[in-house]
Amino acid sequence: MPEVVKAKLLKKEYLKDDIVKFSVEAIGIVKTAKPGNFIEIKVSETTYPFLRRPISIYNIKKDEGILEFIVQIKGEGTKLLCEKKNGDIIDIIGPLGFGTFKYEKYQNIAIIGGGIGVFPLYELAKEAKEAGKNINIYLGFRNKDYVVLEKEFKNVSNKLVVTTDDGSYGENGFAIKFLEEDLKSKKVDCIYACGPLPMLRAIKKLSIKENIPCQVSLEQRMGCGIGACLGCSVKKANSSKENPQYFQVCKGGPVFFAKDVEF
Amino acid sequence: MNTNVNFAGIKMKNPVTVSAGTFGYGREYSNLFDLNKLGGIITEGTSLKPKSGNKPPRICEIPSGVLSNVGLQNPGIEYFIENEYPFLRKFDTAIIVNVCGSSINDFIEVCKILDKIDIDGIELNLACTDNENDGKLFGRSYESVRDITSKVRKVISKPLIIKLTPNVADITLSAKGAKDGGADGISLINTILGMKIDIEKRKPILGANMGGLSGPAIRPIAVRMVYQVAKEVDIPILGMGGITNAEDAIEFMLAGANAIAIGSSNFANPYTSIETISGIEKYMEKHNIENITEIVGKVTM
Repeated sequence: MPEVVKAKLLKKEYLKDDIVKFSVEAIGIVKTAKPGNFIEIKVSETTYPFLRRPISIYNIKKDEGILEFIVQIKGEGTKLLCEKKNGDIIDIIGPLGFGTFKYEKYQNIAIIGGGIGVFPLYELAKEAKEAGKNINIYLGFRNKDYVVLEKEFKNVSNKLVVTTDDGSYGENGFAIKFLEEDLKSKKVDCIYACGPLPMLRAIKKLSIKENIPCQVSLEQRMGCGIGACLGCSVKKANSSKENPQYFQVCKGGPVFFAKDVEF
Repeated sequence: MNTNVNFAGIKMKNPVTVSAGTFGYGREYSNLFDLNKLGGIITEGTSLKPKSGNKPPRICEIPSGVLSNVGLQNPGIEYFIENEYPFLRKFDTAIIVNVCGSSINDFIEVCKILDKIDIDGIELNLACTDNENDGKLFGRSYESVRDITSKVRKVISKPLIIKLTPNVADITLSAKGAKDGGADGISLINTILGMKIDIEKRKPILGANMGGLSGPAIRPIAVRMVYQVAKEVDIPILGMGGITNAEDAIEFMLAGANAIAIGSSNFANPYTSIETISGIEKYMEKHNIENITEIVGKVTM
């Protein structure tokens, strides 16, 4: 169950000029957090910005009671959040989301992430690796300036492919190209994806073609994050155009089996 | 010190409730605090048949507030009776069910069902569109408010609260319509119609194009409307619109609200309602107020 935690900021690290990794003390949250969970952070002491910011969990350090998340500075809310200093208290609700990454019954897994969508995939890879799974990871970035966390993902995978759209670092092209290539020779029991929508759509298509289960972590504009405001929705697959049905991303997700949702 | 209030015939242990559409049926928040502390809970808008709601996005941030159009997603009255009502009724707090519909008959059918169960009151959402009247709002005029209020009044004996839409020229006329139709109280205000455009895509942010504005941004408008109605119309008022703490709640009560509801602040800080209750007690202590009802309408010009 989620709880509201006043988490102490232990360490703030700039991975890029606009990408900041937070390590906070949040014993209550890490106790029950699962890969794929997210948190809602109150970024302001005033009413502007008003709503909390939904941020995915990057790393759960259970033994130390430390939670790590990574934020890209995009607007007023994330800017304020990144101005916090070591020792500051951050108001966090979590862990949130009942739809988390399920890996227990799959042995050979492929993880594919694009841009800032790679963050929620790390905890999944870490736990799956500890559970002895065979893990191939494909991470795509726009160009060499955007590449992050290569070493971290290398440590939790059997094989890591880093790609850039312009070939300025690693392999040249979209990450999905390299996953598709590997599927010709490698057995994959489940694909896990997070990233921009066009990428997720392409991966869903590929997973259907190859008949491989696929789990995606989705993003939507959110209100409460706990399932009360019904603000964040994603259309259920197989519901008609005339009478569409929706899941709440915060409650049903944020991780769904790709076949269950239309995005 | 006495925080008890009687709003529209509904006895509450304090004047703090939570507004429809911001608290679900209480389940999510029951994991975070003791719902027995609340004066009342107003449920999710509930309709005759289940409603799946609007296509996303349904919500976005605006300066000090929220713009949203969920489209009244709810599981329908039958599901409510079977699954949510037994859960909610366990709590020692006033339970008010918010009702939505797209025809007067929808409202009547739902209210008839609700009148037979152990709830404390019924609130009608008149910001719904009337499909029998070209999709105009039920709350659009004195006549339309009086009409639906009197028709529902005839079929129920429970306290009837009319939630008025602020998207009218003169809110006091709507309030008179509710009173003349036989309402026991009114809720003021619902959200204010608004719009936000993504300038890169040149499209509205919301899937439904327009939506309702809530949060601190609209508070002065809500306080003004509560004041205007309290001065002109003799009917109990549940004040709401951007309340974030006890200071805001007291402002509404001074303007003339008999009780208040916390809305979108539940999203920003899930403890807003219980913090407001303890803040009101502190204010009473500081100002030597014996009964909270003493401050209602006590703003002086």
